[in-house]
Amino acid sequence: MNLHRITLRNGADLDGFRRAVRWLMAEELAPQHIVWSLDDAPSLFGGEEVRDAPPVALPRSVARLVELGVCHSDPERYALLYQLVWRVLNGERDLLEIASDPLVHRVDAMARTVRRDLHKMYAFVRFRRMGGENLERFAAWYEPEHFILEASAPFFIDRFRSLDWTILTPIGSMRWDRHALSFGPAARREDAPDEDSFEEGWRGYYESVFNPARVNPAAMRAEMPKKYWRNLPETASIPGLIQTASQRVEIMIEQEATMPTKRTPERALEAMWDQEPKTLEELNAIIAKAGPLVPGATQAVFGEGPKRADIMFVGEQPGDQEDLQGRPFVGPAGKLLDKAMREAGIDRGQAYLTNAVKHFKFEQRGHRRIHAKPTAGEVKHYRPWLMKELELVRPKLVVALGATAVLALTGKSTPISRSRGRARFGTYDGYVTVHPSYLLRLPDEATKREAYEAFLNDLRRIHDLAKADPETGELPLAAE
Amino acid sequence: MDEKLSRKLRILADAAKYDASCSSSGAPGRKADIDGLGSTTGAGICHAYTPDGRCVSLLKILLTNYCLFDCAYCVNRRSSNVRRAKFSVDEVVTLTVEFYKRNYIEGLFLSSGIIRSPDYTMEQMLLAAKKLRRDHGFRGYIHLKTIPEASPWLIEEAGLWADRLSINLELPTEKSLERLAPEKDGASIEGAMAQMSERIEEARQERRHFSPAGQTTQVIVGADDTTDAQVLRTSAKLYSHYAMKRVYYSAFSPIPDSSAILPLKPPPLMRENRLYQADWLMRYYGFQAEEIAASSDRGMLDLDIDPKLAWALRNRHLFPVDVNRAEREILLRVPGLGARAVDKIVAARRHTTLRLKDVARLTSGLRRAKAFLIAADHHPKAKLDRQDLRERLIEKPQQLSLFA
Repeated sequence: MNLHRITLRNGADLDGFRRAVRWLMAEELAPQHIVWSLDDAPSLFGGEEVRDAPPVALPRSVARLVELGVCHSDPERYALLYQLVWRVLNGERDLLEIASDPLVHRVDAMARTVRRDLHKMYAFVRFRRMGGENLERFAAWYEPEHFILEASAPFFIDRFRSLDWTILTPIGSMRWDRHALSFGPAARREDAPDEDSFEEGWRGYYESVFNPARVNPAAMRAEMPKKYWRNLPETASIPGLIQTASQRVEIMIEQEATMPTKRTPERALEAMWDQEPKTLEELNAIIAKAGPLVPGATQAVFGEGPKRADIMFVGEQPGDQEDLQGRPFVGPAGKLLDKAMREAGIDRGQAYLTNAVKHFKFEQRGHRRIHAKPTAGEVKHYRPWLMKELELVRPKLVVALGATAVLALTGKSTPISRSRGRARFGTYDGYVTVHPSYLLRLPDEATKREAYEAFLNDLRRIHDLAKADPETGELPLAAE
Repeated sequence: MDEKLSRKLRILADAAKYDASCSSSGAPGRKADIDGLGSTTGAGICHAYTPDGRCVSLLKILLTNYCLFDCAYCVNRRSSNVRRAKFSVDEVVTLTVEFYKRNYIEGLFLSSGIIRSPDYTMEQMLLAAKKLRRDHGFRGYIHLKTIPEASPWLIEEAGLWADRLSINLELPTEKSLERLAPEKDGASIEGAMAQMSERIEEARQERRHFSPAGQTTQVIVGADDTTDAQVLRTSAKLYSHYAMKRVYYSAFSPIPDSSAILPLKPPPLMRENRLYQADWLMRYYGFQAEEIAASSDRGMLDLDIDPKLAWALRNRHLFPVDVNRAEREILLRVPGLGARAVDKIVAARRHTTLRLKDVARLTSGLRRAKAFLIAADHHPKAKLDRQDLRERLIEKPQQLSLFA
């Protein structure tokens, strides 16, 4: 059988190779009958006339290996890759799993080399700013070992999308102008700027992070071989750093432990631990400054009530009305809570009302903002503030309204059905009941009335518990 | 870049270099948007290597090296006479952005001495991270050092801006902490670690951003008399209790202007190396800290051979194992076979029978593995029981330390 000659473009000719593979597979031409050659401008007469043929379906892993393999500078790359493709499509579909196979081993090694070359390019390209005060344009000269210029482009675009940059290499150049990528001819080192105003600072940084007590040039060269040094501005410092290292260490070791020359800053040390907010105002300022965890809220809604209230009510999170007015429990649920509190004999003006989460979270539906339940992680994000708030108010009794409040006060989620009634929140006496919005959501009137009665009963008990003797903790008889 | 800023950078980079953590890995893949800057790739990138063999990936600096704490091992302790400097928040931001644009770095690793109060210091660090993210659309990597003495809400906020958080334990026992770091206490360190690990896990489940690359810590080796076995037990606890991504080991290194209560001589760097290998065995090879401790010499790892080989030599009765038949868990215990090589072996032997030549293509550690492995054309026979096996397998001594 005759030999067929396939000529591909110099460099990484992925398209040419794909087209050739389709045709060769369609013609069922085995690898041993193909000669692959390279040319700067392959003509139809330089080799076999490759005709269009239907695509071949390769396993993803093989396709990826081909993409990397064509970038390798080895002139045998196409021959090896075609052998691989041929075997995969002729009964050895799982060939890549046999990493011990000599061919797979070799192609794997090629791909690894290309991947490493790409990785080193991502690492070692050093941009320099081009002239012009107002124009922010960068350029770099780089010498890759394999044909990876095109393959490297997505990395640099993803990273420097908003910059105008050019990478110049001996095998071609590419420019990203903030909108589109274009490729150009091979370049020379002189085409790139020869300095940058930040390079000296960078060299200073590089010199400073070196630890002379751990000098180990072999480990450095394993990862940053000398061939890269000529295009890395910081490497000029290497000989000096190595030369002076042992001397620097000797000085450090021989030096006696020194005595501090400054006095101990007693006052600053004392003041250092005095950092906690001491009033609700200070705490609220901190919350306001942090902003909402989930964007959208108009403002933070803080707790409200006298500083040493007997009862502290903890709800879930502000609703639409609360968000607009900046006050807790002023919406429909708040109104219902007001009513129940009045009936139970609790004076709202004497109680402290707050929420576990301090910002409104919602889903926009048309003009309406629909309340969205905070996630456990969100509740816990706000938890340290609530704990501090509790510490500053120091109520006799803490009331958790609903499951979110229980989660916020205990750090654990427990269903209301199981925790309803008297509770303990850390060092505080507590009480768990439903959130008033739950009462609003119940579908039929009878259940609603029943649930409201139960809620009212809870509030009455809360009222009594809060009157318990602060010294003995003894409750008025009615509460037990 | 003006000279004053360059000078500060030298001081505050020098002051930060004793933190061994350099990695920029683990962040979710991000790309710059049209006005933004920066991206993250899963594994991170090392942009340069210094002659100590360490990589330069992030701009690792302190906001300031003024410090109110007085930790004996630390070059920046308040009683040290080193030169001091302080960056403004804007200077940190400018340096990060300009270095990033030139492709010198993957992002920022910001730590700081404690000035005024832990809260004030932490707020300044957060401000730098927030400005980068908000004002510059910065999508590169940010690693923030958490100050465990800061208020818990600041730790909550740190996770929103950072890709990785870390608190350095520094000393592996409470006793050493008390002696060498009087302002620190183990309980607040562990409390902050627990808070972070809980929040990281919740955010992962809820698909929100909270330190997506997890948390890490560092332990200094050789500043006190803790044994390797104790260090590894501490690490095992850190991994299991707080889901650490990594524990870094930093061999105590002589510092300028050192304190009188520190040892005079630094430990051999190989000790650090062996600890990393043992750590790897716990995380990827199914070893327990106690197994490694049992094959150590009174709690200290053998400096001449790697800890897996040390374990295998003391457990020869479990070998040789058949490369074509043995379970993955057992193959992972063969000296010289890495986890990747084991995966390749397991995949390949489904289709073929492996001879020694085939195994050679899958690992570079065949010299060590041979005595413990059976292949289609190989059996170590009595070689495994030779008295001088350890001596024969000792690696060529490498120049690792000036003090070895």
